[in-house]
Amino acid sequence: VARRPDRRSGPRILLAPALLAAATAVGLGAGLLGDGAVDLLAWGALGLPVAAALAFGARR
Amino acid sequence: VTRRAITGWFLVHKWSSLVCTAFLLMLCVTGLPLIFHDEIDALVAPAQPLAEVPAGTRPLSLDQLVARALDGHPGEVPLYLSFDTDRPVVNVTTGPAPDAAEEAMRFHSLDARTGAVLLPREVGFTDFLLRIHTDMMLGLPAELFLGAMGLFFITAIVSGVVLYLPFMARLRFGTVRRDRSALVKRLDRHNLFGVVTGMWALVVALTGSINAAVIPITEVWKADQLAAIAGASAGPVAAARPGGVQPALDRTLAAAPGMRPQFIAFPGTAWSSDRHLAVFLQGATPLTAKLLTPAFVDARTGRLDAVRPMPWYMGALLLAQPLHFGDYAGLPMKLLWAVLDILTIVVLVTGLRLWLRRAALPTRARVGELLRAGEPADAPAAA
Repeated sequence: VARRPDRRSGPRILLAPALLAAATAVGLGAGLLGDGAVDLLAWGALGLPVAAALAFGARR
Repeated sequence: VTRRAITGWFLVHKWSSLVCTAFLLMLCVTGLPLIFHDEIDALVAPAQPLAEVPAGTRPLSLDQLVARALDGHPGEVPLYLSFDTDRPVVNVTTGPAPDAAEEAMRFHSLDARTGAVLLPREVGFTDFLLRIHTDMMLGLPAELFLGAMGLFFITAIVSGVVLYLPFMARLRFGTVRRDRSALVKRLDRHNLFGVVTGMWALVVALTGSINAAVIPITEVWKADQLAAIAGASAGPVAAARPGGVQPALDRTLAAAPGMRPQFIAFPGTAWSSDRHLAVFLQGATPLTAKLLTPAFVDARTGRLDAVRPMPWYMGALLLAQPLHFGDYAGLPMKLLWAVLDILTIVVLVTGLRLWLRRAALPTRARVGELLRAGEPADAPAAA
């Protein structure tokens, strides 16, 4: 059996998911609060979790 | 984290998911086209073009428009009146009685400048999908049931994130082990998509559950807020005074500068008292446009009795609608919403397949795989 990497701490494991969750929240809220430039922010922020899912998970 | 705690979270995740997965799949599949309901409706049934009228033609009064809508339907009463945002069209909903069931209501669209009744819009594909999505065409109990499924889904998301911790202890974020068995790949993808879409799914599930409670929440608002307006619930349902609708709107707008009317509820309907015309006003900013402010005009005397901002729970209900449907920030937002919806379907299907494949495995073995940081019990590691 190949040597497995060391265990990582809880905060380290949750760092990327937490950042993506924050981006999601910003995206959802921004879309609600404004139009125009604020919409751009909403699309960019909500695009981050989508991009992460597709970048890591879409390949067969 | 102890084996005991992980076992508990594992069982919570398994059972909360199993309870809601079939319904969630239905909601995700019917919800996907509903994200684009504006686009689909415009394609299937384009809005009827309005007649050309000389510039500066004044719109008819609301009372004239209501009379046109009632024309030929003796015994019907007006229930609601709403304003299109993008063209001079007023919609009047009528019915046999103020407390008529939705199926008995009649919807008329009128050109506000000519009074012409536009062709009735056909009940289309998206209306049908929305009814399935809302209550599977089984009425209020089914609507509340689907709301409860949303709460189970929230439980599944939270417990899934808790289980993500031990599972990912030795794996980098985004790992999908493609060089291992199909089962390992499915497990990794379930975890990745689940944790990445988690926040979005949480918001859509929560707002969906809030929307499912629209009828009881509105009833609480009526009991709580309308009762505070003097005499609002005393006596029989008042008929709106002839010629009184337009003055009611004019009086309200004079008292609320900078706001525009979204709809008017007639006395005795779900959105007004038995005595008032309720005019629901929208603010001018994107946020205040969604948080409606109702003004109550006495239907018999025409007096403006109260302008009452919505209480917090009605604010939550009104904001839950756009946040659930994703139709509030243009087409790019809708496209992202659609991808997140499809990713959620993948999470549901992979979760179901993982359970089907390994339902026979004892809980102990499944928890062991979490404690070993993502090494499945029944899939030997690569040599």
